[in-house]
Parts: sequence; structure tokens; C-alpha cells
Amino acid sequence: MFDDFFIRALVAGLGVAFVTGPLGCFVVWRRLSYFGDTLAHSALLGVTIAYSLEFNIALSVFIISSLIALILVQLQNRTNLPGDALLGLLAHSSLAVGLVVIGFLTFIRFDVMGLLFGDILAVTVDDLYIIWIGGALILLVLKLIWKGLFASTVNYELAEAEGLNPDRAKAIFTILMAAIIAISIKMVGLLLITGMLIIPAAMARNISDSPQKMIIYSIIGGLLSVIIGLFSSLEFNTPSGPSIIAAALFLFVISLFKIKQTIKLKN
Amino acid sequence: MSSNNNVLVKMNNAGYRHNDKWLVQGVSLSVEKGKIVTLIGPNGSGKSTTAKIALGILKKIDGSVEKYTNKIGYVPQKISIDWTLPLRVYDFMILTENLDEKTIDEALSLTGVIHLKDKSLGNLSGGEFQRVLLARAISKKPELLVLDEPVQGVDFTGEIALYELIKKISDELNCGILLISHDLHTVMSATDHVVCLNGHVCCSGTPIDVAKNTEYKALFGEQASQILTRYEHKHDHVHTIEGKIKKN
Repeated sequence: MFDDFFIRALVAGLGVAFVTGPLGCFVVWRRLSYFGDTLAHSALLGVTIAYSLEFNIALSVFIISSLIALILVQLQNRTNLPGDALLGLLAHSSLAVGLVVIGFLTFIRFDVMGLLFGDILAVTVDDLYIIWIGGALILLVLKLIWKGLFASTVNYELAEAEGLNPDRAKAIFTILMAAIIAISIKMVGLLLITGMLIIPAAMARNISDSPQKMIIYSIIGGLLSVIIGLFSSLEFNTPSGPSIIAAALFLFVISLFKIKQTIKLKN
Repeated sequence: MSSNNNVLVKMNNAGYRHNDKWLVQGVSLSVEKGKIVTLIGPNGSGKSTTAKIALGILKKIDGSVEKYTNKIGYVPQKISIDWTLPLRVYDFMILTENLDEKTIDEALSLTGVIHLKDKSLGNLSGGEFQRVLLARAISKKPELLVLDEPVQGVDFTGEIALYELIKKISDELNCGILLISHDLHTVMSATDHVVCLNGHVCCSGTPIDVAKNTEYKALFGEQASQILTRYEHKHDHVHTIEGKIKKN
């Protein structure tokens, strides 16, 4: 069944969407869009290191992204630079260093476009295992830290005062972010992963009135984006990653009309 | 003083410094089961900071804090909630602990906001939100309640009712309460121990002791002192050594 590249891509994409749904909600709630972006950019460096050392890509990306997150925390504590400047600094310098390293690796043929925007053909059966097992682990850990993470997202002091250890929850969440980027980079590419995290969650925000609903709608939105995006990329021969994100954008635009309707009803 | 195992939280010469400025220092106090300890003092005297030290929110502190309970309910003075989060009153009630519907309904009824249960938190008025905050803190049946200006923005009749409720909760749950309040009238009628802060502990003791203190008079004026002494005759019960209440 997984012989067909299209089926593999679909199964991989759906697996990614299940995980980006809930994580994306936290990215939106905690205002971490650019943080996600920075981790994703650093993934290129992870990929090049994986190639040059003949190492597992997902694991290498996971390690490098976690490392970048750690460096960010250190820089925040040690410098007076604002957070967004530090994020930009790390995002672009890790992207640049990654591309420079690629320049040195002349003995390997590199599909840079595939790395940046994802490549449907690159998904193997092994990747499916990584996505589904890795994804299940991420969701499991997220469920375990849910109470503390959610409470501290609403209000840090309440969570800390009532013994939920928000700092630990935040640290674990950062690792989960690095993990989702690691397992989904082949699918949507490093420039578009953040889109997969944010756009379905943003769509869900427009039509939800409770956190649980927002997470469910965000997952559904992600799944639909993958299905619509992949089928249309097959139909119109467009690149897969961007097609998925475009489909997510399409759903977001539809959700805006829903808002208008409810406002009208209220009046 | 009752025996030591009734102590819920104890601060020993605690202080907190931010950007080389002491927000508060040298605070020693303890909150015991069934007792209400009130912090009073002018703006910027370190009341909220003291509460945050007691709660363990501020970590790099001077001195030490001993906490003997993990069942804590907190009503912060200022709460900033990001409205990118769709949050109903119900979701807020189960924020730090999962509670059953009945417990939630009871707490919301006690503070008079049961009708708001399914409303979005962002649409509440200041007073309504304050009632929800208090309901959330008491619904967990905590051993220690820390209330930082719990009735701010609540209408006048509501204010009295809520203070009565706080007193009732303290008796029913036998929980300790660390209360911060500006309202000297109410503070003094229901408090066991008053700590008067002004960057440090300027005086402490029973409401009557504090009212007679000259430093207190200097801080709040002669009139405030009279408010307190009036309450001398209003107590209709005494606390026994076990913390139980005995009507006079």
C-alpha cells in the first residue's frame, strides 16, 4: 500500500497534521510564531550535518534545533537585545551557515529547493515510521504537561503559585517544537513548517470559543489542508508543501466569513 | 500561638530586591490553619511582593520561606490574560485542577456569578471577573488562600458580601488566609493578625495592637486608628487554641 509515493505523502502529511494542530495552538497562544520560524531555519544546518556525517536527518535536526533553542535562552539572559532581534539573528545566521556548509559538500547532490519547501517524492517508508511514532510520542508528552503548560499560558503566576511548575512545562514544550520540526521537515520544508503550525490554528481561533474546540478544529484544518493540498498538487502539478500551505490559507479565509456572519447575527 | 503543625506558610526575614532596589525586606510572618492574616500598608509598600514571596513566585529572595501545603488558591492583584486564547469562565475554573461540575457550580453560586459560567472570560466586567477569580480560588478547597485585593472593582454591597464569604470559607474549610486589602474597616472586623508594611514590617499584631501603634498612626493617620478601635467591641466570638470558633 505504501508503494505509491502519493499514498506515502498523504499518510505522512496526515501524521504531521495531527501533531501540528495542538502544538500550533500553543504557538499562537504563546506568541511563538517567530520562535518556531527560527527553529525551522536552523533545521537546514541540521540537515547538512546529517548529510556530511551520514547521520539520521530527523535526529540531527532535532539536536540542532534544541541546541539553537538553548542558545536563544542563554542569549536572552546574557544580553540586553530584544527577543525578536535575537530570533532574527539566530534564524538567519543558522540558515546562512547551513547554506555555506552545503557549498562545501560538493560531493553530495543537494536538492535545496526540496529542503526549503518540502518534497513529496522524498518521503520513504522509514520516514512514515518516524512521523507516526515520533508524532505519537510528542502528543503523549504534550498530554502529560498539558495542565502546567496551559495554565501558565493563561497566567504564569497562577500556575506557579498553585504548584504547576510552569518553567519545566515551557522547557519541555520547546523540545517538542524542535521535535515536530525534525519529523516534518521533509514533508513541508523548513520555510513552510511554521505555516503548518500557525495557519490551521489561526483558522481554528476564528471559529472556536473554548481551548478544546480550537485544538480540535486546528487538527481538522490541518488534515483538510494536507488532503486538499496534496490532491491539488497532483492535479495541477504544483509543489506539494506550498500547495498544502495554500490550502490552509484557503480554509483560513473561509473561517473569516464565518466571523462576519456571527457578528451580523449578534447585531 | 498554637502548635507548630498548624503552620501553612512561614516567612523568615524574607525580602526581595529588583534592580538593586528593595521592594520589601525583613518580613517574618506565618499563616496558620483557620487564621486570617492581613497585610496592610500604603501603595508600593511591598504587600503584593510579600504575597508573591510567600507563594514562591519570586525565587531569588533573601531569607527563607517554608511552605507546608500544596493546596493553594491564589487571587492575584493584577492579571493579564491574553485574548488570543478562547477561554470561557468554565475553562478558567478548571485551570489548575480538574473539578466536577457540582463543585464548580457551587463556587460560582457562592460568589454570585453562576449565570456567567459559559460566557467568554474576555467579555466580563472588572467586578464580574473578580468574582470569578475568587470562585476559582475557593473551588479547589485549598488549605491556604492568598487573596490580593480580592474585591477590587466589586460594587459596594457585593464587597461586604464577599468579605463575609471569605470569613465563612476560612471557618468552614479551616484554611489559612493571607489577605491584602485597602479597606481598613473590613480588614479589622475579620482579621486575626495584621501586618502593617512599609517596605519592611512597621508593626504587627492583633488589629487592636496595630491600631494603638504609633508607627501605624503615622502611616495612616489618626482617623484610621479610630476605625480600628471601634471594632474592638464588634467581635462576637473568640478563637480557641485549636483554631475553632467559640461564640461569646
